[in-house]
Amino acid sequence: MASSETHESNRRDFLYIATGAFAVVGAASAAWPLIHQMNPDASVQALASIEIDMSAIPVGQSITVKWQGRPVFIRHRTPEEIKISQETPLEDLKDPVARNAGLGGDVDASDANRVIQPEWLIVVGVCTHLGCIPVKNQGDYNGWFCPCHGSHYDLAGRIRFGPAPENLLVPKYEFIGDDAVRIG
Amino acid sequence: MSQLHGEPYQPKSGFMKWMESRLPIMGLLYPTAVTFPTPRNLNYWWTFGGILMFCLSVQIITGIVLAMHYVPHVSMAFESVEGIMRDVNYGWLIRYVHSNGASMFFIAVYIHMFRGMYYGSYKEPREVLWILGVVLFLLMMATAFMGYVLPWGQMSFWGATVITSLFSAIPYFGDMITQLLWGGFAVDNPTLNRFYSLHYLLPFMIVGVVVLHIWALHVTGNNNPTGISVKSKQDTLPFHPFYTAKDGFALVLFILFFAIFVFYTPNILGDPVNYEKANSLVTPEHIVPEWYFLPFYAILRAIPDKLGGVIAMFASIGVLFILPWLDTSKVRSVSFRPLYRQFFWILVIACIGLGYLGAKPPEGAYVIWSRILTAYYFLHFLVILPVLGILEKPRLLPKSITESVLGNGDGDKAESKG
Amino acid sequence: MMKQVTHFRTLVRAGLIAIVSALVVLAAPGVGQAEESGESEALDWSFNGPFGTFDRAQLQRGYKVYREVCSACHSMEFVSFRNLSEEGGPGFTPEQVKVIASEFEIEDGPNDDGDMFMRPGLLSDRFPAPFPNVQIARLANGGAFPPDLSVLAKARVGGPDYIYALLMGYEEAPAGVELAIGMSYNTVFPNHQIAMPEPIFEDAVEYDDETEPTLENYARDVTAFMMWTAEPKLEARHRMGFKVVLFLLIFAGLLYATKRKVWAAVH
Repeated sequence: MASSETHESNRRDFLYIATGAFAVVGAASAAWPLIHQMNPDASVQALASIEIDMSAIPVGQSITVKWQGRPVFIRHRTPEEIKISQETPLEDLKDPVARNAGLGGDVDASDANRVIQPEWLIVVGVCTHLGCIPVKNQGDYNGWFCPCHGSHYDLAGRIRFGPAPENLLVPKYEFIGDDAVRIG
Repeated sequence: MSQLHGEPYQPKSGFMKWMESRLPIMGLLYPTAVTFPTPRNLNYWWTFGGILMFCLSVQIITGIVLAMHYVPHVSMAFESVEGIMRDVNYGWLIRYVHSNGASMFFIAVYIHMFRGMYYGSYKEPREVLWILGVVLFLLMMATAFMGYVLPWGQMSFWGATVITSLFSAIPYFGDMITQLLWGGFAVDNPTLNRFYSLHYLLPFMIVGVVVLHIWALHVTGNNNPTGISVKSKQDTLPFHPFYTAKDGFALVLFILFFAIFVFYTPNILGDPVNYEKANSLVTPEHIVPEWYFLPFYAILRAIPDKLGGVIAMFASIGVLFILPWLDTSKVRSVSFRPLYRQFFWILVIACIGLGYLGAKPPEGAYVIWSRILTAYYFLHFLVILPVLGILEKPRLLPKSITESVLGNGDGDKAESKG
Repeated sequence: MMKQVTHFRTLVRAGLIAIVSALVVLAAPGVGQAEESGESEALDWSFNGPFGTFDRAQLQRGYKVYREVCSACHSMEFVSFRNLSEEGGPGFTPEQVKVIASEFEIEDGPNDDGDMFMRPGLLSDRFPAPFPNVQIARLANGGAFPPDLSVLAKARVGGPDYIYALLMGYEEAPAGVELAIGMSYNTVFPNHQIAMPEPIFEDAVEYDDETEPTLENYARDVTAFMMWTAEPKLEARHRMGFKVVLFLLIFAGLLYATKRKVWAAVH
């Protein structure tokens, strides 16, 4: 008698647990589309690459283009600027990692790892601190200076002083001709 | 009369004891939602209240999500809806759930309302509960109508034009009122913008009235298929687990029905013409509202006079507000009212007939039938119900709910015994 | 025993109501319209039914018909080139679509001189419209505006069946029918007078596969293609629907058993 009651209650518990589990799985599956809809949609993702003709940028000047809704700085560096950047000792850098989307995660932040052709520096113009846009040709290192919270970037877009934790991100890009580049 | 309560909440864990002495939210919810004394003989027609709560939640959640992608501007509205259907992750699913969800909501509400009429749930002491329900129905109609305008298709635009023009039938102030509604001299961008704003607002007003509706329900307690009042604790069961299990099962069947529309015929309840962009210079051949407005649309068109038609249409809903006083019978449930039972089903058929006629062009026999059924609709409420209550000899009522369930069969059985 | 009888009666009643309301609901949307626009026979499309999918080769052929015939007058404003290689569609490779896109000239700009300029299409571009605005389109088409084809298959009663019937419905006007200037006779179009001249004839488009270049095949293929542009997520919808319905059936079974168990105590 007693054992058959236990048996019965076990079967009942199993039924309740199975039903509850189905309810949880159902609710969770229904929630996912409601969350995923906030991710970038197909039309946004389709705009993932842009092509830029850089032939009109004089040496020593830079332009800002919009890519994925963010500014990208393209700087035509002078030989002197390249030299300063290349000779900066790695131990002076606040962030020793290249932060180059085209390279692996562990490479060092030497100037060679921040560019493809030394005269062209291409970085995402978003301060790695809290997302402001740094101002060009300012700050202690003549690269960029973020007015929001005082981060100083050098001529290779590397953080040298201030609260920003990382170097300016180098996006994935490739040269598609002498002075044209495809970002993304 | 104060609110009905089930067993009070006894906090078991230390944390809940601490919490209850500061914010006694479980103490409030437990006796009204968990142990609430519910008549033991509710049938599946009583599950539609819970199903309606589900519908309202689905519409609000999917609606908030759609609002993240929709653009309320005449030049972008149609395009943004297509963007939702094509590019937004699961956008097609969310939009189809929302658009079919409106239909499901009305299917459930019509069943809920006819259940109330069948079992006399509007009668004393539940008049306010019923009136709040009619208010909810009106709010739902307004919300659904404005939501249908938002995709800015041909039927959106012309539906909006026709329905807002109803107000131009009002003597003297008609044109002023329609211009006020439109924000212009015709339905245009200002109209779309305000409809969007109100379409977002009204569901939350519905939530507010739902709270009142449930509050009123919890004062009088549920009606039940016998229509006789709860007399002892024996007549009731705690809401949980008995009715959570029953409502849950019915709800999943309803979701299954819903899912078949969403996944396999998502556009069958809508008008194809609404997949054409709104064009303010060309009227579609037939302007037909969504199916859930068709009976009222038929009543509107049945009267060959602009103001008369509008008055008849609003009166067809207005009459529901005074229904508790039109029905003079002392007995609630149809189970003990042999004559009313026949008239109830005739009313159901008349309403379905009006719905069918609302979709037909207003010509020939369709018009005549619309007039007959419209007349019958009002006859039912204004003449048959009051007279029937006086003439009809109701059957013998069982002594209690418990007796009808356990001892003596249920209402239908009592009836078969005579 | 009595108990069961009453249950049965309630069920019968519920069933009757469900059937009547379903009939009303199913009849309502089409009522009044089907009569005038002529009957379009229900065809056996690959995308019909709960497991229906698109026929990739058919969509590719349909695209070719659209490209070479329809696109001269009809826009397809909500379709992007990238859609052609997306899942559930014609199944072109991204490389093929890049070539397809580059065959179209897209207006872009303004450039640094402030001028608009033309460039080859990219994957992210939408199909360009054949006419810059409605007025020019009307002017070029004898006053009639060729409707956009993106969602047309959902915007007509009868959907793809109607579009196929329309494309196949051109005939000599019967004796006694006076056609207005520039109009053609069509058996399924409302009032039988359509501003679109018969758009396609046998051998007008060269198919890349073995399919016969007949009018029937052109009409079928381009109609299927238009169904895809109108409902590009149809396959995903059918797939998810199967899973959801299966899940709900099992869940309903479990809940029914739970409900029985819970109520066993009081019955």
